[in-house]
Amino acid sequence: MSDIADRVKKIVVEHLGAEEDKVVENASFIDDLGADSLDTVELVMAFEEEFGIEIPDDAAETIQTFGDAVKFISEAS
Amino acid sequence: MFDLTGKRALVTGASGGIGGAIAKALHGAGATVGLSGTRVEPLEALAAELGDNAHVLPCNLSDAAAVDALPKDAIAAMGGLDILVNNAGITRDQIFMRMSDEEWQSVLDVNLTSSMRLCRGVMRPMMKARWGRIINISSIVGATGNPGQVNYAAAKAGMVGMTKSIAYEVASRGITANAVAPGFIATAMTDKLNDDQKAAINTKIPAGRMGTPEEIAAAVLYLASPEAGYVTGTTVHVNGGMAML
Repeated sequence: MSDIADRVKKIVVEHLGAEEDKVVENASFIDDLGADSLDTVELVMAFEEEFGIEIPDDAAETIQTFGDAVKFISEAS
Repeated sequence: MFDLTGKRALVTGASGGIGGAIAKALHGAGATVGLSGTRVEPLEALAAELGDNAHVLPCNLSDAAAVDALPKDAIAAMGGLDILVNNAGITRDQIFMRMSDEEWQSVLDVNLTSSMRLCRGVMRPMMKARWGRIINISSIVGATGNPGQVNYAAAKAGMVGMTKSIAYEVASRGITANAVAPGFIATAMTDKLNDDQKAAINTKIPAGRMGTPEEIAAAVLYLASPEAGYVTGTTVHVNGGMAML
């Protein structure tokens, strides 16, 4: 697993209190990992901070799964 | 009792009677205050009076870009932002039949839309801090209505609905959002009334007198305090009994 994926996973596990083995490519933050809509906003804020990037609101809305987040951040950073 | 040491508060309309009293009360409890308003001179005078931990942050609330920049400016000046008091307001009174779109829109823009923009601008730092206080200064007329103030009453009632909805969304993050609804308060605006007009108003107030800016500030101070952490989505009416809601 890439370095980015590891760092994203760490944030997701810490923030949502999700079990690490459930944070897989297609895991939806809301449907599978117990996030509410406010959690997803906070995750995006945490990603921005960790990776020093800006994630605009319209892009943030497309980040629904762990895989989405890794893909977006890999392309942005 | 209420200790705000280390908290940073942004107060709009701080050049006015109520806003100035709010800034003084928060500062007196130990908060660092950001004084916002359009008129720089009274803001500078207030900052000088308060001494340390007071920052002047001029802003024209009818300018959307300036409003969006204000929370960032406040954070840059104070190192963070824990308390937002949306106090600034304007009136453009007119009987409804003659009310122009411009009179309607300008009051909605400054009183309601700018408050929304500022609330939105402080969400991120407050969410991160897991602590925040939003206090929106509404008005008794938002609840009771008032002839000649269709625009103002709509904006002030709008603030209450906005405040409650924000309170719902962020309560789990340690952020509270409340409104304070003043009745008739003695300020520069009411000083212009003659004695007969004042007497006529006072007959409608069970307390028999107008309120003071300090009495509004006291309600704001409470809502800003750590002690008020379980109070959210409410409107505190401070009106001498004029409307018992």
